[in-house]
Amino acid sequence: MSVEQRTFAKKDYMSDQIIRWCPGCGDYAILAQAQTVFAELQIPRENLVIVSGIGCSSRFPYYVNSYGFHTIHGRAPAVATGLKLARPELSVWIATGDGDALSIGGNHTAHLLRRNVDVQVLLFNNRIYGLTKGQYSPTSEIGKKTKSTPFGSVDHPFQPLAFALGCDASFIARSVDIFTTQQRDVLKAAYHHKGSSFVELYQNCNIFNDGAWDQLVDKTIRDERCLFLEHGKPMVFAGGKRGIRIKGHRPEVIELGDGLSADDCVIHDETDAFLGGILARMDYPEFPVPMGVLYRNARPALEDMVNEQIQAAQAKGRPDLQQLINGRETWKVE
Amino acid sequence: MKPVKTLDDVVIRFAGDSGDGMQVTGSQFTNTTALAGNDFATFPDFPAEIRAPAGTLAGVSGFQIRFASSDMFTPGDAPEVLFAMNPAALRANIADLKPGGLLVVNTEKFVAREFEKAGLTTNPLEDGSLESFQVVKVDMTQQTKRAVEGLELGTKEVDRTKNFFALGIAYWLYSRELGPTERWVESKFKEPYKEANLRALRAGHAYADTLELFTARYEVPKARLTPGTYRNIMGNQALSLGMVVGAEKAGVQLFLGSYPITPASDILHQLSGYKSLGVVTFQAEDEIAAVASAIGASFGGAIGLTTTSGPGMALKTEAIGLAVMTELPLVLVNVQRGGPSTGLPTKTEQSDLLQAVYGRNGEAPVAVIAARSPADCFDVAVESIRIATTYMCPVIVLTDGYLANGSEPWNVPDLSKIPAFPVTFKTSADGWLPYGRDPETLARPWVRPGTPGLEHRIGGIEKAEGTGSVSYDAKNHEKMVHLRAQKIAGIKVPDLEVYGDPGQLLVVGWGSTFGAIRSGVDLARSRGYSVAHAHFRHLNPMPANTAEVLRSFKQVIVPEMNLGQLSKILRADTLVDCQPVTKVQGQAFKVSEILNAIVAALSQQAAK
Repeated sequence: MSVEQRTFAKKDYMSDQIIRWCPGCGDYAILAQAQTVFAELQIPRENLVIVSGIGCSSRFPYYVNSYGFHTIHGRAPAVATGLKLARPELSVWIATGDGDALSIGGNHTAHLLRRNVDVQVLLFNNRIYGLTKGQYSPTSEIGKKTKSTPFGSVDHPFQPLAFALGCDASFIARSVDIFTTQQRDVLKAAYHHKGSSFVELYQNCNIFNDGAWDQLVDKTIRDERCLFLEHGKPMVFAGGKRGIRIKGHRPEVIELGDGLSADDCVIHDETDAFLGGILARMDYPEFPVPMGVLYRNARPALEDMVNEQIQAAQAKGRPDLQQLINGRETWKVE
Repeated sequence: MKPVKTLDDVVIRFAGDSGDGMQVTGSQFTNTTALAGNDFATFPDFPAEIRAPAGTLAGVSGFQIRFASSDMFTPGDAPEVLFAMNPAALRANIADLKPGGLLVVNTEKFVAREFEKAGLTTNPLEDGSLESFQVVKVDMTQQTKRAVEGLELGTKEVDRTKNFFALGIAYWLYSRELGPTERWVESKFKEPYKEANLRALRAGHAYADTLELFTARYEVPKARLTPGTYRNIMGNQALSLGMVVGAEKAGVQLFLGSYPITPASDILHQLSGYKSLGVVTFQAEDEIAAVASAIGASFGGAIGLTTTSGPGMALKTEAIGLAVMTELPLVLVNVQRGGPSTGLPTKTEQSDLLQAVYGRNGEAPVAVIAARSPADCFDVAVESIRIATTYMCPVIVLTDGYLANGSEPWNVPDLSKIPAFPVTFKTSADGWLPYGRDPETLARPWVRPGTPGLEHRIGGIEKAEGTGSVSYDAKNHEKMVHLRAQKIAGIKVPDLEVYGDPGQLLVVGWGSTFGAIRSGVDLARSRGYSVAHAHFRHLNPMPANTAEVLRSFKQVIVPEMNLGQLSKILRADTLVDCQPVTKVQGQAFKVSEILNAIVAALSQQAAK
């Protein structure tokens, strides 16, 4: 079968490696959704590259039958940047965690987003260090008791999407390991966005931080505590019973009915960075947690601009290498 | 007309405030000297601060150039001519001036207030301290002011052109053409600065010609160098060009990931200009991202290069280990400077050898090579890409501040005569294994992502032999540690060459000490001492005949700008009692210091 005629099924993206995540880990669900999405998008396996750092989530590349690079702690964005600059045509996905992306690799994450390298960042946020067996992470809540915080954590946690927007990310979105369809929609939107797509995935670590997101994402309360965003649609949740209104420069939850309707709610505009900033800051219990694409606004990707400069320079003709070596002024010794 | 005396060898030093333009003066004098056909070597010496307080010792910047009518290797131990633009420059440099030497002083700043800044209590021009020198006093600032009269320039701007007045004097003194500098000024400056600099240059020349400043003027005949086309080149320039040519010879794209650091930044600057050659440069957010991006590019099928200095190499350590484990090609250039920590950023040292050879977690061997002169940085750069792509391994290139900023004439190679070493990417899945090995080089195949059927995963976790899958197997780990070591140990490197007299005393060096050692050995031999010189380019692996060479001498000494790092390696590897001769002053060895070490070693032998 020639390369052109191939079609890819989900199983084509499954590698032969035995998956070594703990049974019941949220990572399995994310892997399954990603493999489904790769097939839906028909990304040729040879053009797909998963780059990761260190941590449980960073084992991801071993389980996808594509090109993969399991690098060092926190540095996946830098490795991916070099790869994309050298090979802009590849589809590069970064698998990372809250410690990898926001603690040891915070600097690289910030600069990747600022530069808008065309990659997808999947940040598995379980609010704990799993692979090192249970220390608090930069997204752990204050007061959290872990092995390294027996008296409770006193570190203020990052809000990853607010961090990303602060780095001028051009795409920020959120989903949850157990959300299937919505997660796939987010991953596809991330793929189609030209530039750095930053996706926070709430993920359960059933060994060291079991139930970290239960109060938000459990089936029974999900609709009450999550705000599913749709571009151009009013922000309503709880089965249409409540909505979000902007009062002054702050959002507020309003009860619909009794004189207030969806028309009184703010309309989601993905392209509005100011609205994105409000959404990125909205957190339970004061607000429902926004899910889906919070902000998306295309701007040129780093590798495209770099290659445009190269092509523009090359269009003027390639200099003779011997002349370059000789330099401007030479003298002859007979 | 003054008589013109012929000299064979001259050392001259320009010294002034950081803002006085001494580096420009020196590099212009060098360029003109090059075009006049002399052999030469230069040594720029400047402080880490961009503009330390004017008039203080901390702000003194210097540029030394030696030029000669014969082949020579160093910028000279001590100048016989010193241009001092202010009291601080005089104080900082006068101890180096040879007795009887010529001192040209800009007198403008020789006033009480300035003496204080320079830490002087008396006026050196009047207190008799300069009696052993020929002192020529010129108020260069006043003369420059007159020369540029009528141009719309502020006081500061006038002051900034006085270095061209000094250069004009120097050109007269050594019978130099003004043309090369005039052309440079015309291409570099806009009006009115162009006109101001040209006037100052010509005024300095005319001033020296008209006034009875000097007893004579001099000329240094053309050097008898190997026939060829020559240019003036600095180490960082040669290295940049070598990387471009190396990538061309390998047939792969050159990718540089770098973070600015003294004294390596000029490589980033130069390669950033080569877009038309398809060179990709990336100024990363830090040293770690710089090397990581280079590794990412190598994974993608380019040759990843990262350039830094000692503290930066320390930061890159973990990533080099990743390149060792994933067996990807990577070139890391360390332009060494004084350490530890921030150390002496603008001064030279060779104290990162052990860091380069051993400084990583785990058994993580890499190839290490070092350049011996500014022009040699070119050859070493080409060689580094050849090794990295042939053996699929990281290569560390060691140069240093002395080579990076120093310059010499370079017999420019004919590129068509440099053998190519084209990379063959693996494209066929038949019998392929990600960690299969070439039987001769032990290199694993290089596969570009995008190649159908060869999808595979690599990473920092130990690899199973052949398949490259994650493996924690005890025996496999031991096998892989040995394989990685064997691969590096098996890199083919030329034998160590011995120059000079056999049997008695061998002076062993590496890197930038080449010039001083070779000159010292020549001087010692001319005085009848029996001594030889061997110089390492390949530091890991070392030449196969290393132990044999060392053992064939009664005594081995190793001059190094560190506390004995090469001698430590040589002793460990060969059990030969190599004696270190150390210098860690942020300055290169003087020829006289090497000569003294040779004489001391031989008299020690005689006493036994």
